[in-house]
Parts: sequence; C-alpha cells; structure tokens
Amino acid sequence: MTLAVSRPALSPVLQRFGRSHEFWLLAVILALCLVLSLATDSFLTLQNLFDLLTSNAFVGIMASGLLVVLIAGGIDISFTATASVAQYVALTLAIRYGLGWFAMFAIAGAIGIACGAINALFITRLRISSIIVSIATLNIFYGLLIFFTGGKYITSLPKFFRDGIWWFEYDDARGTPYALNLQILVLALAFLSAWLLLNRTNIGRQIYALGGNKDAAQRLGFHVVRLNFLVYGYLGLIAGIASLVQAQLAQSVTPTVLVGKELDVLAAVVLGGASLTGGVGTVFGAILGVTLLAVLQNGLVLLGVSSYWNQWFVGLTILCAVSITAWRDRRQRSMKSIA
Amino acid sequence: MSLDARAPRWLFSLPRFRGGAAQILALVLLALLIVFWLLLGDQLFSVRALQSMAFQLPELGILSLAMMVALLSGGLNLSIIATANLCALAMAWVLTTHATGAEGAMWVGWQVIAVLAGVAVGTIVGLINGFVIAYLGVSPILATLGTMTMCKGLSIGLTRGNVISGFPDPIVFLGNGTLMGVPVALLIFLALCVPVAILLNKSPFGHRIYMIGSNEKATRYSGVDTKRVVLGVYVLSSLLAVVAALVMMARFNSANASYGESYLLVTILAAVLGGVDPFGGFGKVGGLLMALIVLQVISSAFNLLNFSPFLTVAIWGALIIGVTGLSVLFESLGWRRR
Repeated sequence: MTLAVSRPALSPVLQRFGRSHEFWLLAVILALCLVLSLATDSFLTLQNLFDLLTSNAFVGIMASGLLVVLIAGGIDISFTATASVAQYVALTLAIRYGLGWFAMFAIAGAIGIACGAINALFITRLRISSIIVSIATLNIFYGLLIFFTGGKYITSLPKFFRDGIWWFEYDDARGTPYALNLQILVLALAFLSAWLLLNRTNIGRQIYALGGNKDAAQRLGFHVVRLNFLVYGYLGLIAGIASLVQAQLAQSVTPTVLVGKELDVLAAVVLGGASLTGGVGTVFGAILGVTLLAVLQNGLVLLGVSSYWNQWFVGLTILCAVSITAWRDRRQRSMKSIA
Repeated sequence: MSLDARAPRWLFSLPRFRGGAAQILALVLLALLIVFWLLLGDQLFSVRALQSMAFQLPELGILSLAMMVALLSGGLNLSIIATANLCALAMAWVLTTHATGAEGAMWVGWQVIAVLAGVAVGTIVGLINGFVIAYLGVSPILATLGTMTMCKGLSIGLTRGNVISGFPDPIVFLGNGTLMGVPVALLIFLALCVPVAILLNKSPFGHRIYMIGSNEKATRYSGVDTKRVVLGVYVLSSLLAVVAALVMMARFNSANASYGESYLLVTILAAVLGGVDPFGGFGKVGGLLMALIVLQVISSAFNLLNFSPFLTVAIWGALIIGVTGLSVLFESLGWRRR
C-alpha cells in the first residue's frame, strides 16, 4: 500500500492490478493459450471457443452463484442436489402440462430458491456451520429425489426445449454456422447478474461486509439473517436455472449426473481467488478460475493426452495454485509486519 | 480481523456445536431400536442381521476415524477416500503381479511387501497434505481438495479406470472372514479404535491435536511446534485410510479408482453426529462409535424393510439436523451443556 503512494501515480489502477491474484491468473491462462495455439491447429478456432463455452456453461453458471455465498463467508455444497431436484421437477411438470420456457425457468428457479432457503433456515436458526448443513441437505435432497423418482431418466423432452435457442446465426468462410445458444446466453447473464449484485448494489457491499467481519456487519445494522437467506436463495436460484441449461445441453434429465460436481465448482471459484474465509473474491476472478480449468482440460484433449490423465493435471493445478497463493499471502503479511 | 487465514469464517462465526449430546444420541438410538423392533420384530436382532451390520460398519468406521483426526485439529481431510483407493491399487498391483505366482515364504513375503507399499503411498500423500497445510498455510479444505483430485487422477490414469482383482486368501479373509462368528473387519476396526483413542486422549501428541483444534495460536505461543503436529495429523489420517483401503479391497476382492466415494461426506456427518466439533478441539472416539452404530442400525433396518438405500442417505442427513436441532432446543430450554 505504501509503495503506491511513494511512486508517481501514473496508473494506480494498473499497478494495483499488477499485484492482484487476477493478474497472475490471467498471465497463466494467456501463456497456456499461447502454447496451445502454437502446438495445435484446433485450439485457436471459433469452433473450439464455442465448444468450450457451451460445455463449461454449467460449471461457470454455478460458479457465479457459489462465489456470492463464499464472499458472504458461507459455503454450500448442496447446490448440485438442488439443481438435480429443480431439473427433474421442472421438466416433469413441463412435459405433463405442456409448459413453455418462462414457466419452466420459473418453476426451476422457485425450487432452487426454496432449497436455498432451507439451507439458510438451518444455518441461521439452528446455528450449525454451513458446511455441515449443506452436506446434510445434499444427502436429503438427493436421497429423496432418487427415492421418489427411482433414478429414472427423462428423455422425451418437449421439442422447443430440445431445439433450444439459436440466435444471431453467423456462417464463417467454410460455411460452419455459429450462433448464440442457450448455454452461452445464460452463462453471460449469470456472470453479469453476479457482477451487478456484488458491485453495483448496496446489498453487494453488505455481502462483502458480512463475509469480511460478521460482527461488525451486525453492529452496523445489517440484517444478517436476511442477507443469509438472500445469498443461499440466490445460489439456489442460479442452481435451478443452471440445471435447465445443463438438461438442454444433455438433451435429457439424469438425476444422478450432477451430484458429485460440487467440489469441481468449488475448486474453480477458489482458483479464482475467492477465499473460504469470506469477504474476498471477484466475479472476474471466478471467470478466470473457470477458464483456467476449462482451457487446461480442453488443451490436454487437443494435445492428445489420454483423457484418463485429466483429473491428475486438474488436481496438480489446484494444489499448485492454492499453495502459491498461500505462500504469496504469507510473504506479503510478513513484509507488512516488518514495515 | 486477525483470524488465522487458515481457519475459514464459517468455522468460527457460529457457536460451537458439540453434538454433545452423547445423551441425545443414546436416546435416539433407543427410540430407533424400539420403532424398528415394533416394525420388524426379532428379525432386527437375528444373528444374520447383526452379522451383516458388523460387516458393513468397519469401512465407514475406519474412514470416519481418519476424518475425525483431521477434524479434531480444526482441519478437514477430503482426500481420505482417494488416498485409500490409491493405496488399495498400489497394494493390489503388488499382490496380483508378484504374490499370485509365488510359493511358500515368498508368497507371504510379497503380501507383507504389498501392505508396506500401501503404507508408503499413504505416508507420502499424508506428508504432502501436512506439508501444504502446515508449512505453506493452505486451508485444509483446499489442500485436500487438490490432493484428492490428484490421487484420484493418478489412480484413474494408471489403471485407465479398470478394476484390479483376485487377491490371495489371507487378504480376502481380512474382509470376508469371521473369527468365532465376528467379522475380522470389525475386529480390525475395534482394534484400531483402542490405540487411536489412547493416542488422542493419553499421549502428548493427542493433547496437542485437541489444543490446536481449540486455539492454534495459543498452542503455538505456548511452545508447541504446531506445524509438526499438524503434519503428524495428516500422516495419521492417511495411515488410517490405508487400513480402510485394506479392509475395502479385501471385502470386494478388488481395487478401483472410485470405490466408496459416496462415503466421503458421510464420514463428516458421522463424526459430527458423534460429537466431534467441526471447528476442532472436541470429540471422542466413543462418540463416533455411537454415531456409527446409529447410522448402521438405520441402514440395516431400512434394508430389512426394503426401503431404497437412497432413503437411508436422506434420513442420515435429516438425523444430523434433527439431533442438532434437539440440542439447540434443549439449550434454549435451559439445559446447559458442558
């Protein structure tokens, strides 16, 4: 902090950015992209970009929701179960009553919010730590879903849903068509909405404050219980929406396919610099975290590395990233304490 | 906020839940037994039912011990299952490539070497976890999330997701044999509980684990090398996972990269249900045992009632919220817990 003052304030924004977590992450991603562009023909193509965005949309959308909860100082890993329930119920009802897009998303969102509210209720009223509550509710939601549905797939989805959306079609020189699909649209909207919530609203400041110092936030008069309901409800809403996006991509509903992905999403958000201790994290960082893992896995496939080794590289990346971050934080703290 | 960066907020922000409630758990168990007895009659206590319970309990039990050790120190070990599978694969590889063709002393020797190979792999994973958490200061969740993914990735990469199966009889006996009607796996689990309980409650190492779980900074300032203790915690946790690996592979007579993954979060539930404080510092092996028995009784009774195993999982989740809810309720009624 003192350095910025002593130097001429040419571009303090850039200077601050140069020392941030996001800067290093961006540098790593760009380096990775550069290597992949040189090593393969297929990485730096519009086709690959669209594929990357589409196939990582679910993790990305979930990451934007989980980020909000982490910043508020909580944690929730039940969102995959929430998404499975929302997906199943919304599409079952849509098929039975011939519902359209809006009703479908409204139902999925409402179920998501309800599940989030259940989490928030237990966390605030029973005062159990959020990780324990969400492990419990993960098991409850998922167990009941499989119990009542028998784990059956839904494959005959409505035609308009299977077709999805296909806006602003554009054909390149070779005649390959590209268009804005449901996955990319919702992915962009999810990050935009998280950014607006966190950076452009009063509530966003309160969420950061709550995560940074709960007692102080309470004394400032923030309604902590209401904020908790808001962040867990928001994640639930996002989970409901993401679940439909995933079902549209998969062209079917499989109740067992989402649960188990919760730690992948957590890893992506944390790679992006969000702290489990709350109060820290940015939407840009979360985007970068998701991007790094997506590009890494995509690159390994393009380089011809057997996909059996995917997880090993992902694990290595997570471990290295969190270690380097912790080591840098430690050094900065010790430098501060000397000064 | 001068909270240690390693201790997440949601671990601190709420009053400590000590599940405590060994009394509550005992009441729950009694209530469950009465309900199930009314529904099932003596079937619940038949030799066959008891024996099948005794076969299923040890896997989850040993893994829960591994999780509990990390929880007591105020941490968490998400990598126990992945570690167990990696170790099981290492042992399985040695057994199938060397022990199966060998004769006499060599046959015994290779089985010992196989187990030692598992122990070696487990120790390495434990050292990595411990080093990253204690010396680099990474939060336990993130560090073990990384090693979990790495271990599983290594297992998948090396085996291409395949199963290694077919072990010598003595190994299979560990998972499927009985001594005077009692499953060997249960005996292993109980034999493991005793030294772990002694280590935790009677040794200086154990006391330091509890102290670190309660207040790491204070423990450090009182002259304890907390980093070395934390390193030890994660090595111990990994070694317990190796024992779980042995029991698991013996029971299935095979090893695979993704066995038992659904146990991961259940071990946390079991430990917390058994009174282990998720913030660290409190919890006894006896409480964990009690919780495991409750979970196992529910699971077995549901099985006898022909309910879906997924309903069991849902009830387990509801149970922890219910028990916590009860203890909060009792507290508000004026029951002061110590």
